[in-house]
Amino acid sequence: MDIIDRRSNPHGKNMENRRRALERARSAVQQAVRDAVSQGKIRQVGEGNSVSIPADALHEPTFHVVFTSGIRHLVLSGNKEFVKGDRLRRPPSGGGKGDSGQGEAGDEGGGEDSYRFLLNRDEFLDLFFGDLELPDLVKREILTTDSTSPSRAGLSSDGSPSQLDLARTMRYSMARRIGLGRPKSAELLEVEARIQELESKESLTDIALDELSGLQEQRIRLRQRMTRIPWVDPVDLRFRRYAQVPKPSTRAVMFCIMDVSGSMTERMKDLAKQFFLLLHIFLEKRYTRVDLVFIRHAESAEEVDEETFFNDPRTGGTVVSSALEEVIKVQKARYPAQQWNIYVAQASDGDNSLSDTSRTADLLENGILPVVQYYAYIEVTGSGAIIRGETDLWRSYGTVASRCPRLAMRRVSDRREIFPVFRDLFSPRENAGGGVMS
Amino acid sequence: MTEDLLYSGTDWNFQIIRNCYDAIEEIAEKELGLDVFSNRIEIITSEQMLDVYTSSGMPLGYRHWSYGKRFVSHENAYRKGLMGLAYEVVINSDPCISYLMEENTATMQALVIAHAAFGHNHFFKNNRLFQEWTEPSQILNYLEFARGYIARCEEIHGVRAVERVLDAAHALQGQGVHRHSGTRRVDLRAEQERARERRAWEDQSYNDLWRTLPLSAEESSGGTNPADLSARRQLGLPEENILYFLEKHGPRLASWEREIIRIVRLIAQYFHPQPQLKLMNEGCATWVHDEIMSCLHKKGKIDDAAFMEALHSTSNVINQPGFDQGSASFNPYALGFAIMKDIARIATAPSEEDRLWFPDIAGNNQPLETLRHAWAEYRDESFIRQFLSPKVIRDFRMFRLEDDAAQSYFLVDAIHDDAGYRDIRRVLADSYDPSNWSVGLEIVHADMQGSRTLHLEHRTSSGRLLHDKDAALTLSALADLWGYQVSLKEVDMESGATLGLRESSPE
Repeated sequence: MDIIDRRSNPHGKNMENRRRALERARSAVQQAVRDAVSQGKIRQVGEGNSVSIPADALHEPTFHVVFTSGIRHLVLSGNKEFVKGDRLRRPPSGGGKGDSGQGEAGDEGGGEDSYRFLLNRDEFLDLFFGDLELPDLVKREILTTDSTSPSRAGLSSDGSPSQLDLARTMRYSMARRIGLGRPKSAELLEVEARIQELESKESLTDIALDELSGLQEQRIRLRQRMTRIPWVDPVDLRFRRYAQVPKPSTRAVMFCIMDVSGSMTERMKDLAKQFFLLLHIFLEKRYTRVDLVFIRHAESAEEVDEETFFNDPRTGGTVVSSALEEVIKVQKARYPAQQWNIYVAQASDGDNSLSDTSRTADLLENGILPVVQYYAYIEVTGSGAIIRGETDLWRSYGTVASRCPRLAMRRVSDRREIFPVFRDLFSPRENAGGGVMS
Repeated sequence: MTEDLLYSGTDWNFQIIRNCYDAIEEIAEKELGLDVFSNRIEIITSEQMLDVYTSSGMPLGYRHWSYGKRFVSHENAYRKGLMGLAYEVVINSDPCISYLMEENTATMQALVIAHAAFGHNHFFKNNRLFQEWTEPSQILNYLEFARGYIARCEEIHGVRAVERVLDAAHALQGQGVHRHSGTRRVDLRAEQERARERRAWEDQSYNDLWRTLPLSAEESSGGTNPADLSARRQLGLPEENILYFLEKHGPRLASWEREIIRIVRLIAQYFHPQPQLKLMNEGCATWVHDEIMSCLHKKGKIDDAAFMEALHSTSNVINQPGFDQGSASFNPYALGFAIMKDIARIATAPSEEDRLWFPDIAGNNQPLETLRHAWAEYRDESFIRQFLSPKVIRDFRMFRLEDDAAQSYFLVDAIHDDAGYRDIRRVLADSYDPSNWSVGLEIVHADMQGSRTLHLEHRTSSGRLLHDKDAALTLSALADLWGYQVSLKEVDMESGATLGLRESSPE
């Protein structure tokens, strides 16, 4: 009898199977993930979650019989009061519920109407953002950064012993030995054995003596040749060669602008924040080299960190141009347009002080749009949005947008719309050829 | 006496397990006369236990999403607390592997060693059905081969292509056994050799030149199966083993696809006896552990507290909820254990009734011989038919219902009285008869000369048709493997009338 302690064996044996199940039910899981997000709080998106999917997606069909009519008998236990001839009311759900009798109700029966998957953060995000792309991430400049990675680059005749390619070395060695006719050691052994045999005899005939001397000469020849032609010669050695290949990288920066003025109600700010949160997680997941700049504005604009941007309340009037000026300032100072791909996302309720709107449009068209790749503007509207119609900002941005396709505009009035709008803004475009991801 | 105790308290260590094992082995072999495969005991964590559940107790298996699905549902049930994990899982292999959970107390470890490593193990080794159908010494090697083979196929042909074949083959798993013919036990080691040789032959005989030859009209129109030309009888029809038929005669399958179908078929065959023996297997193991634990206690090897814990655990396992407590079926542990206890009682202290019902075993004073004979020669269905006594029927307060779908009520037509014993016993035994739950499906004709349509027949009666949606899906899986149209006719067994016809074509 053996006792084996398996507790330290590698765990997660079924992770691959689980991944395949997830892959198979991908569309159902994706739907469930998006439903979960549109209902729940987005702040938790990044943390992974559990979702339920209908069992159909993972159904395994078999041939099996269903009892629908006729007569069958069953034996049950626990009779307390029945005597022969009693009648029992058929349970309401009853009838042909049992498949084909008893005995197999265990594995396939209960609880198969839905499946719950506990998704970790990466799986969740992968399913959530699925097929989205950052638009037109054109590589402006490949920067040779510090990071390089070794890459196989053929063979070389010198190198460190740890990189010795044994199979190739031996192949060359063998070719050289055959080519130069190095005697095989078996050959030498054979000659030596024969010599020994002859020498051990007491008297030798002349013929044998001749043979012996001939063999001795041959032995000397063979030995000389063997020492002259080595088994492995330095010329045979082959090493795997690695070349340091610089990793090309594109750099991108995303400016997030949010209106936090008094006209933005908490609900509207919440919508805007959700949009940026999605954006933030999306960028974090997809691109390793994306800088984020958070700018919030009321009557004046300031650059803030992520935590303040999302969580710190503030109120005041509205001067949109101040935010755009801030963008231009930060961009000029830190993100030269020749080296960075620049994206801007702006969320606002469309309110702006009257005198400022034309200046805003001007800044946008002449200051920002020429240097950016993509400018997404979402306007969050209150519940009375339908009555209000177009805002000043919307109208003036609309004029700019008609001249410049890099400006995209969408309206959002409800939590449920956030994700469709987000998808719409970032779904891959047909004409996005040449886009390069880092 | 305390120095004789194997352990005290609840903690265990490897030495305790070994001592318990030795003490149990002595009782099992000397007093109960059990004959077992050599044992291997493995200690695992609860997470590993979930893995074991997923692969039906097997320590390894090929990759497939359905196992992932099973894993997820077990995991969820476990995490929510809906399901406790078993204390052990045992595999019918030689050596016989028992998995013990690390959370078990010392008493539970002793109990599950008695239960699994001796009870189940004896049953695996000696029951006729297991002997006929399974090859315990080779199953683990074969599973390893299957896993490797399928992984290689995935590398060569892609995961999608392999998954397609596995999905379809899994759907037809229930139709993958030769139930009625003689060929049962397969030499699994020879199986691996066979696959290897076939591959080697293909590699050797591969000549790129042949690829450049123009195809003949016949070849380009479909498969090159020699069965094309053979008559129907050469196909061995009718054939109930659909997977076997596909493997041998599927006109459009590549050799690796045939091999995968074969793997699914052979594994299905390995598991084939298990559902027919569940009641006896669990009954046997429970009876053995109960006996052994009592014996250990009698000998003073475990203390009273440990024995109470063992009794408590046993009585939990053999609890039979009544029909009104939501249990429509019998707990195999409870019924199996009760019948076996009863056999021992009949053999040693029979009543008048027992002498009437079981004249050949009543009072023979050989309870162990009688039980060992029953464990070896019967399956659930015949075991109940033979050994369910009036006393057990009374103890369980069994009654029989007539379910006439046309009526709005169930009729109680037999209870635990003299008039009802035989009716109850017959119907209960029938419900354990595999022909009652398996589907009587056969391939009756394959039109190899013409359209290559495969004709199947399901012999049944009008109220027992195939589940509509599942049958359609399974049939389309079959059509996918067969490569041509498939038709399935449901026929009334008695009148021969057609009850339904389905057809499916490959996509």
